[in-house]
Parts: sequence; structure tokens; C-alpha cells
Amino acid sequence: MELQIIWFVLWGVLWAVYFMLDGFVFGTGILHNVLPRTDGEKRVLINTIGPVWDGNEVWLITAGGATFAAFPTTYALMFSYLYTALLLLLFSLIVRGVSFEFRGKLEGEGWKKAWDVAIQVSSFLPALLFGVAFGNIFKGLPMDAAGYQGSFLSLLNPYGLLTGVLFVLLFTVHGALWLSVKTVGDLRARAKGVADKTWPALLVVAVAFLAYTKFATKLFDNYLAHPLLFVVPLVAVAALIGMRLFSARGAMLTAFASSCVTVLAVVATGVAGLFPNLIPSSLDPAYSLTIFNSSSSPYTLKIMTVVAFIFVPIVIAYKIWVYRIFRAPVTEAEVLEDKHAY
Amino acid sequence: MDVLTLSRLQFAATTMFHFIFVPLTLGLSILTAYMETRYVRTGDETYLKMTKFWGKLFLINFALGVVTGITQEFQFGMNWAEYSRYVGDIFGAPLAIEATVAFFLESVFIGVWIFGWNKISKTAHAVSIWLVAIATNLSALWILLANGWMQKPVGYVLRNGRAEMVDIIAVITNPYGLIKFVHTVGSGYMVAAFFVMGISAWHLLRKSRVDFFVRSFKMGSVFSLVSALLVFGSGDFHAVEIAKTQPTKFAAMESVWETQKGAGMNLFLLPDPENECNAIERLCIPNMVSMLAFHDPTAEIKGLKDFPKELRPPVQPTFWSFRLMVGMGTFTALVSLAAVILSRMKNLENKTLFLRLMVLALPLPYIAAQLGWVVAEMGRQPWIVYGVLKTSDAVSKAVTSPQVIGSLVGFTLLYGLLGAIDIYLLAKYARKGPDDDLSGIIKPATVREA
Repeated sequence: MELQIIWFVLWGVLWAVYFMLDGFVFGTGILHNVLPRTDGEKRVLINTIGPVWDGNEVWLITAGGATFAAFPTTYALMFSYLYTALLLLLFSLIVRGVSFEFRGKLEGEGWKKAWDVAIQVSSFLPALLFGVAFGNIFKGLPMDAAGYQGSFLSLLNPYGLLTGVLFVLLFTVHGALWLSVKTVGDLRARAKGVADKTWPALLVVAVAFLAYTKFATKLFDNYLAHPLLFVVPLVAVAALIGMRLFSARGAMLTAFASSCVTVLAVVATGVAGLFPNLIPSSLDPAYSLTIFNSSSSPYTLKIMTVVAFIFVPIVIAYKIWVYRIFRAPVTEAEVLEDKHAY
Repeated sequence: MDVLTLSRLQFAATTMFHFIFVPLTLGLSILTAYMETRYVRTGDETYLKMTKFWGKLFLINFALGVVTGITQEFQFGMNWAEYSRYVGDIFGAPLAIEATVAFFLESVFIGVWIFGWNKISKTAHAVSIWLVAIATNLSALWILLANGWMQKPVGYVLRNGRAEMVDIIAVITNPYGLIKFVHTVGSGYMVAAFFVMGISAWHLLRKSRVDFFVRSFKMGSVFSLVSALLVFGSGDFHAVEIAKTQPTKFAAMESVWETQKGAGMNLFLLPDPENECNAIERLCIPNMVSMLAFHDPTAEIKGLKDFPKELRPPVQPTFWSFRLMVGMGTFTALVSLAAVILSRMKNLENKTLFLRLMVLALPLPYIAAQLGWVVAEMGRQPWIVYGVLKTSDAVSKAVTSPQVIGSLVGFTLLYGLLGAIDIYLLAKYARKGPDDDLSGIIKPATVREA
């Protein structure tokens, strides 16, 4: 197989895994001021993601780094064209990271309230922005011989915004299901309730997204050419329905696993439709950035392939170990007792 | 201002801000790991309290180091798209490898370390902070290999309108990058050592927790002396490497205008770039510059006048940053030696004058480390990749001035706010001193036994 194709698949996998892992952290943050009724419960929320959020975010750094190393032209143009959106994303991720660390470091109502707001906003905004960005990538960016013809505001078109809303709802349910696995008692029941109540909205938006994708993008061209690919969106839909069915039976871990699969399959649906483009041009296909016209040299791709195939499995192995260590639900009593927790 | 100037300002500001937190992380991770190892080996709870106290400061500092690091990766594409496109084939690889090999390890095991007290064995817990320390330093290695390539491009050919990698081994073994790695992490260890000694001295002056802080101080002093040797040794080789590969940077560092053999070093020197000479030259050590540059007292040093004006770096910032860095480095190295000796004598807590000096000396390695980056990056101008690509050709074409003004203002406000909070928290927890309540870390039964 050509190295560019391997890297296209890896590129898609890195983004999909990133959204699966940071997705429930975003969701937990979005629910930070919604679910908990006490400060103790807020701390429970932070402590469910405390041990893992940092490692989850590195998938984004790796996805960015992999784009840089494997498709430098795409990296250069994507990051400079989406300058303002990425800036807002950066600011959010910076604020989110320090909020977890700083919130518990001082007493005082005002201090905590400020960080509570910061956590929610800095979780909501990236979820929305990533959706808007990927919606626009699916749709194609207005680029031609003269460069980029769009602006930050032109990203906020209906299809981009719909994808943004899809990401926000998907991550909210994903986060709620995570919390229904990782908390106990009343909080757990409320988390499940939020997941169940938000799910119909997610379903409606997901259906609208799939339908609108048919008109707004060329993603389905690949599917029509290779009908076998329809398995991917079908898995997405099946997993989406699974979330609700398993939750109804009280099988929360399976429901959460379903939402993991949903996130993976939604991203895969978009990425499979893009091939061989990384960013299509909405003006003229001749200016699309493809895996062939924007990739690194075969030598660099070969080296990066070796690195990826050795180290990504190692990373996955120790991450699984860490999730196993911290598999027990977090209780309020435990958090209040342990002053070293967040 | 144009996009180029604004982007340079922003990159300088965000990088220097990022590098307030990184050096302490590099060194304090190792010191914390060592403290915890001592605890696991000896069972002495003072070491556990040290691990917790210094570990807490480590974490407050670590948080900002991590989040500001994301900015660094994104900015290459956002502001320096032409650079990224032109050299991504060779420059992107070490960054991607850094994320995969080092950053994952660091970020996953910091979570294990913070939340894993009581969940894993004592040994496994100590191993996780060692993994963080190793990964942090490994991260630095890959980043500095990437920067080393910008200073001394190797293992590439110009092909298909860009620089393409042809020899990864050359990139990994680039002497410029490797020396820079040792020099940079060494300076980070100095920062951490002076941080520990400075805060310990502050407490000792107040006679609070004497045993705890004398032990911490001693540990810091040994670490600082070893690091000082590392910084000086590598600094010497670093100068040789610069003289060999970046003659314009070297000439600006020493403010040498005329090409000369057996160049001497003036202890007092005032550059006059307007008139392409030095306004004052006093107390000359004969042949010293040639000696430093090539380890040969008669070697020829190229003067700045040998290079066209547009290929010379700005002399004043390069020269003064270099001088100040060396001055502070020398001073802190001598202080390290004194610290090792004095902390081994009795009654460190009564050596008031020395302790005050140690409190005041805390920021010096920080400043020296920042100045070192000014020399490295300003001295490389007008090149972004020495001899290959000019900084002015590297900036993004799609980005406009208002966008960069917006981001620069945003970064300044956000970083200013977060920096102030971080320093406030560091000061607060440093003053508070160690916590004797170890509940939640060791099981109650163990506490009773002890």
C-alpha cells in the first residue's frame, strides 16, 4: 500500500481517537455547572477526568504533529487559513487545562465560581469549534490559485454550524454517559438522565447532518463509488441507537462504549468521504489539498511509519493500564476525604 | 506593523513565556523523583513530605508549561506557514516523534502520579514520577534536535521546492542539537536547583522547619553544582559549534567587526553597530576569543564586516544577552560551589547573609536561560533556517495584520493573567511550607505505625 494512504488512515485514526477521548472530557466540562448540586459533586466531576484528561489531549498534539510531518502543506495551509478559529481553540484549551489544576488551589467562593465558568466555557467552545472546523473541511474551503478566499465568519455557514452543534450534543451525551459510569448514587442517576434526555436532540441533529451532508458536500461520492463503505455510517447510526438502548437497560458501561464507537464512526464517516483529499477546495478541485500533492517525501513517510507502528501500540498499552487503575467510580466521600484530589 | 514583525513579536513572547515554566519542570521533576525514591528506599517520612511539598510546586508550574506548549506547535502552521511548508518534511518529523514518544508518556504518567497515591504500589508510584522526568527531558531532546536543525541544517536536500529529509541519522546526531540539548537541560536543572535552594533559604531565615529545608537545600546544592559543570562544559563546546557553523552569530556574540587571527577578549566592550566598530575596548585578554571559538589561540575569527549588512544579526541584543548570560552563569556556578560547602557545615540556618543571597539569586538562572534563547534566536537572524531560509520568507501569506494584532493582544492578556495567578500560587504554597498531614497518601495504619 502506498505510504500516503497509510498516513491518511493514521491521520483519520488520530483525529477519531482524539475526539473519542477528549470528547467525554469536553462533555464532562460542559455539564460542570449543570449536573452537580454541590461543590463536592463538582469536584467529583473533575476527579473523574483528572487522571486522564492530559493524556487524552496529547492525541490532538499528535494529530497536529502527524499532519505537520506527513502532510506539511496541509498543515501549513490549514493552520494559517483557520487562524482565528484555531486561536480561540488554543485559548480555550489553555484555560481548560489550568482550570482543573487551579480551581482547588484557593478557597473562596468567587475564585471557584470563576473557574467553574471557565471550565464550562472552555469545554463548550472547543467542541463547537472543532465541529465547525471539520464541517468546513468536509464541505471544502474556498481556496484557489490566489490562496484562501474565506474568513472566520465565512466558516460560520449553516453546514459548519450544524456540524458544530452535532459535536456539542455528541460530546455532551458522551460525557454524560462517562459520568454515569464513573460516579455513584444520585449524581449517577442525574448523569444518566441528562444522557437520556439529550439523546433525542442528538438523533435529530445527526439525521439532519447526514441528510445535509448529501447536499453540502461531496462526501458521498466515495460511498456511491464503493458501496461497501456505507458500513461506516451504518455503524455510526447503530452505535448511536445502541447508546439509548443500553442506557434504557441500565447497562451504562456498554452505553458508554457505544458512544465511543459513535464518535469514532462519525469521524470515520467524514474522513472516508474525504479521500483522497485532506481539504477539498470548494472553488475548484484542482486546488484541493490531497494526500498526494501535500505529503512529505517517501523517505520521511517511511520513517514516520516505523515510529508510529512501534510507539502508538505502546502508548495504547499503557493508556489501557492507566484506565484500569482508575476504573473505579469516584465518590464524593473519597474526594472530600482526600485533600490531594482536585 | 506588518505581519512579519507582529508574528516575530508573538513568537518571541509566547516562547519566552513558555520557557518560564519549562526549565523548572525539567529539573524539578528529577529532584522530586529523587526525593520519592529516597522515601521508598528508606521509609523516612521527611522524604515523603519533601516529595509532596516540592511536588505540589512542580505541579502548579507544570500546568502552565503544558498548556503553553500547545501554542508552540500550532504557531508554526498559523504564523509561519511558508516555513512549515518549506521545511515540514524534515522539521515536522522530530515534533511528531516528540509527541508520540515523549509527550504521551509525560502526560499519562503525571495523571498516574497525581491521582495514584494509594492506588498503585509505592514503587510503581515512584516509577511514574521517574517516567515523567525522563519523558520531560526526552521531549526537550526532540524539540532541541528540531531547533538544532534550524541552526545547523543537516541531512536534507533542496528538492521539489522545499527541504526534504534524506538522512534521519544526521538529524538525530546533529552535534549542534545534541550540545544544545545538554546546555539547555543543564540550565533547566540550574533553575530548579536555585528554586529549591532559594525557597529553602527563605524558610531557614525564618527558622521554620529547619531539618526539612536544610535537607532540601543540600539536595539542591549538589544538583546545582553538577548542573553548573554540565552547563559550562556544554557551553564551551557550544561556542565552538557556533563559531564553526554560524560565523555571523559568533561575531555578533563577541562583537568582532574585523577579521583577525588570535582575537582577544575585551572584558569591557561597547559595540557601536552604527559605525561598525566598538566604541570602547578595555582590559583585553589576548587570544581569548580565538581560544573559545576554535580551542586554538591563533585561529582566525571572521569579523562582521566580512558579511553583507543584510546577512548580519542585530548586534546589540545578541552581544548583551550573551555577555549577561555568561556573567550570570559564572556567578551562579560560584554560588553553587559555596552552597555545597556551606550547607555541609553546621548551622546553615544561621548563615543569614548567605541565605539572603540565595533568596535573591533565585531568579538568576531563569534570566540566564531566557537570555540564552535570545542569543540563539536573535543571533541566527536574518535566517530562520541558517543559510537556507530567511525569516522574512517564512511568514504565513494568508494571515493579516489585524489577525495577528488580535492574537498578540489575546496572548498578552491571557498569558499575563495566568502567569500572575501561577506565580501567586507558587509563592503562596512555597511560603506555606510542607504539610504534615499525610492522610490520603499513606494508609492510616502506616501512619500509626510510624
